[in-house]
This record gives sequence, structure tokens and C-alpha cells, in this order.
Amino acid sequence: MKLLNYLLKGLNWVLLLTVILIFIFPFFWMITTAFKSFSETMMFPPKWIPDQWLWQNFVDAWQSGPFLHYYINSITVTVSILVLQFLTVIPASYAFARYRFKGDRFLFALIMITLMIPAQLIFLPVYLQMSSWGLIDSLASLIIPFASSAFGIFLIRQAFKQVPNELIEAARLDQASEWKIMWKIMVPYAKPTIITFALFSFITHWNDYFWPLVMTNSELSRTLPVGIARLRDIDSGASWNLVMAGNMLLVVPILVIFFLAQRHIIKAFVYTGVK
Amino acid sequence: MAQIQLKNVSKNFDGESVIERLNITIKDGSFTVLVGPSGCGKTTTLRMIAGLEEQSEGEIWIGDHNVSDISPGKRDVAMVFQNYALYPTMSVRENIEFGLTNRKIPKVERKELVYEIAEIVGLTPYLSKKPQQLSGGQRQRVALARAMVKKPKVFLMDEPLSNLDAKLRQQMRMELIQLHKRLGTTFIYVTHDQVEAMSMGEDVILMNKGKVVQQAGPMELYNEPNSMFVSQFVGMPPMNVMSIEDLVTYSEDSWSFQQQGVSYIGFRPEKIKLLKAPSTSGFCLNCEIINRETLGAEIIYQLKSQIGNIQGKSYLTPMVNEKKVYVEVEYSDLYYFDKDGNRISSIIRTEMKSTLTAAGEKTS
Repeated sequence: MKLLNYLLKGLNWVLLLTVILIFIFPFFWMITTAFKSFSETMMFPPKWIPDQWLWQNFVDAWQSGPFLHYYINSITVTVSILVLQFLTVIPASYAFARYRFKGDRFLFALIMITLMIPAQLIFLPVYLQMSSWGLIDSLASLIIPFASSAFGIFLIRQAFKQVPNELIEAARLDQASEWKIMWKIMVPYAKPTIITFALFSFITHWNDYFWPLVMTNSELSRTLPVGIARLRDIDSGASWNLVMAGNMLLVVPILVIFFLAQRHIIKAFVYTGVK
Repeated sequence: MAQIQLKNVSKNFDGESVIERLNITIKDGSFTVLVGPSGCGKTTTLRMIAGLEEQSEGEIWIGDHNVSDISPGKRDVAMVFQNYALYPTMSVRENIEFGLTNRKIPKVERKELVYEIAEIVGLTPYLSKKPQQLSGGQRQRVALARAMVKKPKVFLMDEPLSNLDAKLRQQMRMELIQLHKRLGTTFIYVTHDQVEAMSMGEDVILMNKGKVVQQAGPMELYNEPNSMFVSQFVGMPPMNVMSIEDLVTYSEDSWSFQQQGVSYIGFRPEKIKLLKAPSTSGFCLNCEIINRETLGAEIIYQLKSQIGNIQGKSYLTPMVNEKKVYVEVEYSDLYYFDKDGNRISSIIRTEMKSTLTAAGEKTS
């Protein structure tokens, strides 16, 4: 009996470790490759740990294109999107969660349907629209199409629905305006969900490759993912060490933010409310 | 300070009538309790006074203002909710202050008011805590403080004590009564618990099925119920009620009551005497004791008679151990009701001449 227990426990460990390895390996590979020399990346059998940790790779990657520009563009685009989404998604979620008005179900269904349409399907009409406004190759063309988010409205509406009715009634009796109820009662209550959504949105747009690739064509209006992908083409061959160094530059900000927000993300899934 | 009037107020939910043509006057400065079984419309009535629920018809007056179409925040009322509805993300101070901030009261004044109220309800050490960190009783106090700080004309309370344990509830009851005395403001208190209603209310409005059954002081409600419903809602255990038709078989003159329209006869469990021999001076039933609940100072007897089960209650008297007993009730303690359950008070002192026994044998 005891032996069986140990075996099961051992098996459990092995399984968990396997899963962890599967998830960690790409990161491990990215990090080590970023420090390898070019010849080391080509070795077979592969070299797991580089002989020398070449920080120079980062410098080379950084200097291979206008990376400062990419960074600034990426930050401008994602921050603008987040701010706009915050301003549009929260009032919409509040309305859908708490008001009954004519056509509310229809409108909500319409928003939900947009969730199911892939960007690749509609980029052409959007491109034409942007082009008619003269916004192609500008940061605006990367921001405006994402000024609101159907996913965000869905997620935050659900969170707002969890707010007990009495809280809103108490606030009404306290003479709070609807605007105030929304920002002072609903938003703090749904904070973990809102932060989770912001994080999802941030990662999506920070990593977005397709949209900037389509909408922009000059170096100076491109974002990090597009810039880094171009590292592959330098010197006509794939300098994987430089590409991975570039990827590190892309991923590090996300990791930092994720670690900062981790507490809230976990809360969003376990938050139960009033009590 | 305000008298509250509901004039012909009706409320429908999805076409279903919950309250029909309700007329209530709540006296200025009174502690009025709305009580009734669940679903009787008491909470809906309270919410309509607060403005959280819109009445389908009729008018609501607070003082000399018709507030029927005024938003809740502008009615000058404060409400304490059953689950307190404290803002979970705000500290105790912010919770109390929220209503003042919305009224654009200057910061200095706000601070003073919050401090003053916190002193009264004993929350000063907890001002910067979050509601989750407080005990049930403390949360209750925060809810009260939040209502009090606005100095409203009317306090509305929706079963505010039902989430507390028995001991704390008792204590808060006393505190609420004292609070009412100190403030002198109109209190409207909703509960389904008749003990709470009787112990706290100066004026009790007993509701059933969306209608007011009786509005009176607690003692009057107990002594002079206007209907069978009231007599059985108020008092613990409820009044024993028996159909006159069952009595006719055993009592010769009960038919004469029937002639006067009496359909039911009732008496309070605490008015009975348990005798070993049949009584000659009162209404008497031959019973068998089937259960005794010994609560200490009082004993509740479950009795079986030929015309159904009745309950009896005795105070500070030795337990009756006999199996068979005679239950005696003084004639003046009998209540008479017509076929619709309305009280017939005109024959309240009439004597029922003969007594009866469960076996059907007449004793004189």
C-alpha cells in the first residue's frame, strides 16, 4: 500500500516536471540562444549552454534597426489602446450589466458576434477605411481599430453583474451620480477583472505582428514585433542569436508587468465579493 | 422630522399585483415597524418609500412634499440594508463620508461629522479599516453610521438585525431603540419577526398579501387583534383558534353564538389554566397532554382535545405531570371571529354558559 502511494506520488512528480519542462524549454532556448555566438547556434548536436555569454548580441540587435523607435511606437500604441479601451469598455459594460433599454440584448449580441470574426477577415475593409482617412502608415491606424474591445465588454460586464444590487442602491441613496457609482463603486469592485483584461489586451497588442505589418510600411512607424522579425533577414541568413536577443527585448517588459500584476490576476479568478 | 403618507399606492411586478391601494400614515418621529409573513409586501413598501422601487399607482408623501417622482438620493431618507451593503473597497471612514461627499459638503465639516458619528456608534478605532476586517456587529454599526451622518428625515431599515446572532441582535435592538429616542427621527423598520416588531415598535403595521391588516401599538395588537390573522401572527405560541362548528356538537349554547355570526373562537395559550377537575367558572376543555417544552421560566404544553390540538403556556408554575387535564379559560379571555376571520368585539364579554369536555359529556 505504502509502496503504491510512493509510486503514485513519484509519477505525479514526473508528470508535473514534464509539463513544466514543456513550458520552460522555449524560454530556456530563447535565453541561451540570445547569448550564443553565431557558430554555436548552428552546431549539431545543439549546445545547451554557450561557452561565452555574448552580451554583444543585444547591442548588435539593437543597432541593426531603429529599435528605439520601435520601442516608442510599441509603447505609444499599446498605452493609447489601453486608455481608449478603458474609457469605452467600462461605461459600455456598466450599461449592459445594469440597464434595461430597448434593443439591449440585440446590441450585446452584435458585440459578441464581433468576437468571432478574425482580424484577417476584416483587415481589408479596415485598411481601405484607414486609407481613405489618410491614416495608413501612421500610429493612428494601429490604435483606432482597437479603441474598444468586445472581449473586454463581455468580461467586465460579467464582473459588474456580480456587484450586489444593494451596493448600487445604497450609493443612489447616498446621492451618488451614475458616473460616480460607476467609477467609485463598480470599477474598484471589479478591479481584479479589469486588471486581468488590461493585461490580456496589453499582451495582445504588444505582441501583435499582423496588424502593424499590414498597416505600416515605413521603418519609423513600425512596432517591435515587426522590427524584430526583420532581424531574420539581416545578412541574408538567419542569425538566430540576434533574433533571440531581439525577442528578449520584446518579452522582458511583459514579464515584468506580469510579475507586478500577478496578485491581481489570481484574485480575479478567486474573487467572490461582499462578505 | 416628517410624517409619511402612502396614498392609494399600488405596485405590480410584471402585471402581478403585489400591493393594492395601500393607505398608510406613519407618524412623525415614531418608531414604526412593518411586519408580516414573507411576500406580504413590507419590503416593497419600504423600497417604494426609499424610491428604489417605483410605485405603479398612488402617491408617497414625506412631510409636506410629494416625493412620488423624486430620485432616492433627493428624498432625504437613509436606509440600512439587510446585508449592510457597505462599499467593500472603501474604508469605514470613506463609507460614512460617501454620502456627504456627494452632497458637496466641505471637507472640514465632513471630517467633523464623521468623527462625531463614529464616536456615537463606537467606531473611532476602526475608521481606517475595510468592512471585511470588521465583525458582523461592527459592520452593522458602520451601516447605521452611514445612515445617521446624513441626518435624514427618515430612517428606513430592512431587516437590519437578521444577520446577527441572537445575543448581538438583542443588544442591537436596545441600541436602536435608544438611538431612536436620541434622534427623535421617524424610523421605519421592516421585519418578519413578530418578537422584533413587538419589542421595538411604537406603532406596528401588520401586513398580509399586500394589505395592511392592522396598525396599532404592540399591546393593542396583542390584546385587541382585529382579525384571526393578527391573533395568530402576534404572540408566541400563536392564539388557539377553533371552529364553532366543532364546538356545537359538545356545547348546547354555541349555536347561539353562531346566530350572532361567530364562526371561530380563540384564546391565548398563556391565558389557560390546567386543572385536575372540570371548572365551573369558565370555558373548559378536556385535554390530554402530548408534549411539554420546558423552557425554564415558562413551560409550553401541547394538548390534544377532541376538537383539535391546542397549545398552552404557563409561567413560573410547577410542571403539570398528569396526562389528562382540564383546560380552563376565563370567558373574558375568549375572542370571537366571523367566517372571514374578522374579530367580533361586540360579544367579547358574553359568557358561554356551559362548559364542554372533549368526551362530549356535559358538565355543569
